[in-house]
Amino acid sequence: MRTSLNWIKDLVPGLSCTPKEYTDAMTLSGSKVEFFEEFDRDLDKIVVGQVDSIEKHPDADKLVICQVNIGTEKVQIVTGAPNVFEGAKVPVVLSGGRVAGGHDGEKVEGGIKISKGKLRGVPSYGMMCSIEELGSDRNFFPDAPEYGLYILPEDTEIGADVPELLGLRDAAIEYEITSNRVDCYSVLGLAREAAATFGLKFVPPVVPETGNSEDVNDLVKVTVKDSDLCRRYTARAIKNVHIAPSPKWMQNRLRSQGIRPINNLVDITNYVMVEYGQPMHAYDLSTIEGSEIIVDVAKDGEKFTTLDGEERELDSKTIMINDAKKHIGIAGIMGGENSMITGDVDTVLFESACFDGTSIRLSSKKIGLRTDASGIFEKGLDPNNAILAINRACALVEELGCGEVVGGVVDVYGKPMEDRRLPFEPERYNRMLGTDIDKETQLSYLKAIDLGYDEKSNELLIPSWRQDLLSYADIAEEVARFYGYDKIPTTLPSGEATAGKLGYKGSIDKLCRETVEFCGFSQAMTYSFESKKVYDKLLIPEGDKLRDAIEISNPLGEDYSIMRTVSLNGMLTSLATNYNRRNPEAFLYEIGNVYLAKSLPLTELPDERKQLTLGFYGEGDFYNMKGCVEELLSKVGMDDKLTYDPASKKPYLHPGRQANIIYDGEVIGFIGEVHPMVLKNYKIGTKVYIADIDMPHIYEKANFDKKFVGINNFPASTRDLALVVPKDVLAQSIEKIFDKDGGEYMEDYSLFDLYEGNQIKEGFKSMAYSLKFRAKDRNLADNDVNAAIDSIIEGLKSIGVELRK
Amino acid sequence: MMKDELEQIRAKALNQIENAKNLDALNDIRVSVLGKKGELKDILRSMKDVSPEERPNVGKMVNEVRDAIEETLLDAKKNLEAKAMDAKLAAETIDVTLPAKKHRLGKAHPNFKVLEEVEKIFTGMGYEVVAGPEIEKDYYNFEALNIPANHPAKDEQDTFYITKDILLRTQTSPVQVREMEKGKLPIRMIAPGRVFRSDEVDATHSPSFHQIEGMVIDKNVTFADLKGTLETFAKEFLGKDTKVKFRPHHFPFTEPSAEMDVSCFKCGGRGCRFCKGEGWIEILGCGMVHPHVLEMSGIDPNEYSGFAFGIGLERITLLKYEIDDMRLLYENDVRFLDQF
Repeated sequence: MRTSLNWIKDLVPGLSCTPKEYTDAMTLSGSKVEFFEEFDRDLDKIVVGQVDSIEKHPDADKLVICQVNIGTEKVQIVTGAPNVFEGAKVPVVLSGGRVAGGHDGEKVEGGIKISKGKLRGVPSYGMMCSIEELGSDRNFFPDAPEYGLYILPEDTEIGADVPELLGLRDAAIEYEITSNRVDCYSVLGLAREAAATFGLKFVPPVVPETGNSEDVNDLVKVTVKDSDLCRRYTARAIKNVHIAPSPKWMQNRLRSQGIRPINNLVDITNYVMVEYGQPMHAYDLSTIEGSEIIVDVAKDGEKFTTLDGEERELDSKTIMINDAKKHIGIAGIMGGENSMITGDVDTVLFESACFDGTSIRLSSKKIGLRTDASGIFEKGLDPNNAILAINRACALVEELGCGEVVGGVVDVYGKPMEDRRLPFEPERYNRMLGTDIDKETQLSYLKAIDLGYDEKSNELLIPSWRQDLLSYADIAEEVARFYGYDKIPTTLPSGEATAGKLGYKGSIDKLCRETVEFCGFSQAMTYSFESKKVYDKLLIPEGDKLRDAIEISNPLGEDYSIMRTVSLNGMLTSLATNYNRRNPEAFLYEIGNVYLAKSLPLTELPDERKQLTLGFYGEGDFYNMKGCVEELLSKVGMDDKLTYDPASKKPYLHPGRQANIIYDGEVIGFIGEVHPMVLKNYKIGTKVYIADIDMPHIYEKANFDKKFVGINNFPASTRDLALVVPKDVLAQSIEKIFDKDGGEYMEDYSLFDLYEGNQIKEGFKSMAYSLKFRAKDRNLADNDVNAAIDSIIEGLKSIGVELRK
Repeated sequence: MMKDELEQIRAKALNQIENAKNLDALNDIRVSVLGKKGELKDILRSMKDVSPEERPNVGKMVNEVRDAIEETLLDAKKNLEAKAMDAKLAAETIDVTLPAKKHRLGKAHPNFKVLEEVEKIFTGMGYEVVAGPEIEKDYYNFEALNIPANHPAKDEQDTFYITKDILLRTQTSPVQVREMEKGKLPIRMIAPGRVFRSDEVDATHSPSFHQIEGMVIDKNVTFADLKGTLETFAKEFLGKDTKVKFRPHHFPFTEPSAEMDVSCFKCGGRGCRFCKGEGWIEILGCGMVHPHVLEMSGIDPNEYSGFAFGIGLERITLLKYEIDDMRLLYENDVRFLDQF
């Protein structure tokens, strides 16, 4: 919403402030000003001058020398303007003054300073201006020539201030109006706020009775089919319409609002729309068949041509204005081509109505046509405003002499609004705000915005334009706004103390983040939605459960159309970004959700499973990734029952270099080298390792219950075993034998050599382990250890592993 | 005569010790003077020629000379050893300015660093960090927050829908409702999380971003408490000189509502490009929980009141670190992440 500051000042007598002061005060009382624009910011020393005489320039064909009368003196100005003539009244910027821009319409920050100088040797003491140099354009001043000086009317006073004359000694204030304050989409609404903000009186225009002795009800009959869709419909008629330009004051006012003046009739409807926040429409009465207007919905699939010449498709929810035989307008959005005003109109019918905001919003969206009018209607208007606005328009018609107003009003108001009353509860407002504002002061704030007060019942009377005031909380806000939010004290809640905490899952997430960061991985953040094509890139076969993704019904595009069921795409995309930018290595992790539907289409909320995803390329391999995973699991107390199953069969991982991570018999994640075909799909030319931990398993199994185990001071006995192992036997299987057959003294073991090659027979590998034994209460004898080793060797034989000879 | 000889031996030995260049030379001196075949032994061997009356005298003299030489030898040895150590250490000097051997540490994403700071401030004030679903029911995201069907605010938020009743949450506010429904009072919570709105990706917009919701419900909670709490937060988060300004605003689920501006933390309020010359930066929306919202969640507004606020995490991250393009947050270029 935008208002001219001068217009506000006219409605709030005594208001004297700069645009900046106005902006700050209004923002603090709740009408947030986004910015303001002073039209005369770059205009300086520009007065009306009359060209007395013109002579040729001795040295330039395209220049002339003018003697210009500016009232106090005559100045010589050299110009190249083609439309200059003797007797012309023009804007003259004097030496030392400023204009807003060049005559090409290009504005210059800070303006252009004009100084006296010589043009081809002839002194010139100023400049005559085009409309563009004054910072405006032909859109707003259609009487300006395409090229040349802006010629002022003959009756203009010589020496007068030009910015003042053209309404440029003003500022446009741009507000952000919140959706609850429909009344502030009008100059009157904002002026009321301004008056209350500055503690001044709001003086709305006085609207006199209008109309001749005839009755508009004899000219047209109005029927509203559904009073929920059209809460009120008012109409008045203007006979003997005389279309002409509107007066200067109205043109200036419209321009200051950013509206282009057109003619008196159109200007009046625009003026009232801005002033009252009530859109109006004008029909040529002669096009209305059967002297009848019927407000009703359209039929599905009907077509209708709006006054912009476009054919629109309607549906059974679109409210239409019809005459006895046809549609003549889409209610609240745009009138029809068939009833529009043309130059030879004789009788005009003004419509000022209140349509259902939601209906207008949905229709406007469906039809794909948003107009100034629909933008206002969709906020839901005050039905009582409709009648005020149409009477104001008729008063302006008389004032401007634009026709003869027919007496009477057509007013179809099915269910008039009921007066709303709320109890006046000053203590309650204070309790909510934490203030101690006395009753009278509170009441004075409320009266300033035209709330009534019934002393007998101690009730507030809520005006019809404040449909947002529904409860004590709303009234408390009104009190707070005019008391000043800044004056409300600052305290802290006084209730019983509560213990602040991250929460259990939050603490585990934090521990995991810290651990993987210590392992060198940096945190990444990727989108939750992705393209279905991701499944092809990841080689996930048709029919795989992972493809059962939740689809967004109105996505931004295919690339953001499904909720991810696997966290890999974001990670690989981020690694690819790093790879393509030639970063030598990238170690990333992300904690984020995958979204698994319980059934599709969704009937209940899906399972959102938090995943910790790790990925890297650069120095390191599978076992580095595995090391990090184990550090992590150790941190959350889950290192004792950990195994790996290479039969994880993830299609996106290298078939021989992947494993499910298994804890206590349950899969809690996977780890592996990314499949070379997948890498190709992501355009990554180096090996990538990935691990994914399903966090709900961690939350469930994390164990921070630590118990001290005694430290044993008897010496350990160490034995090395060199083994010949069939290639497909896993280290994990050998270690299982150590655990099983190592006996009570087995303390620890570690692999210290792994070899495949010449000295080892085909299909086998050599593995060397160091085994450590220790007793709690004595030095171990050789015999104790030998017995354990023997039983280990027996056990190893059962899986085809032998001692190396 | 023997006395002279002893004096000579002493003088010669001390002289040699003084000139000895290394430990080997000292050892040679020890052997040649004090050793089994050394000069003092020779003297002792010739004692048989000394008269028995003089023998104690001579013996005493020999002992004196031997003690003196041994003592000097020991000093000289210590001295030389110290010099040898100095030389060795000098030879081992390294260039301490050569590059360090680093253990590569990962970094937290700037967005989550900021989140952690915010969490720390509020948990310190007794708030619990809670979470809610990202795919949410229309009821929790809108209706229970006083945004009924066909409310214009529903359009303003450009919602991604899955079905008619299930959507991607557009705000973290539904977590308020879920916490209130649990029925455990008082509540002091913050709920950070991912939210979604259908905004095209550009330097200042993303269809997915994060909010931090906060709410307090208790007896006698006032707007003044809201102001005090958020001012405390602002000073903790941005520095104790930070000033705050509350402007009236409108949210369907709070009344009265406000937006909070903080004095620009780049220029301190003088006006710069970060605050667009205003001196103030808007960082959050807040208000008293609407009585109707309390009622819908089963809380009696006559007994309890509360306030709520919502912070845009990316917004404060971008401002804090002077990041000029939101897309950088989702690219995960390690050269970017390494900076925080």
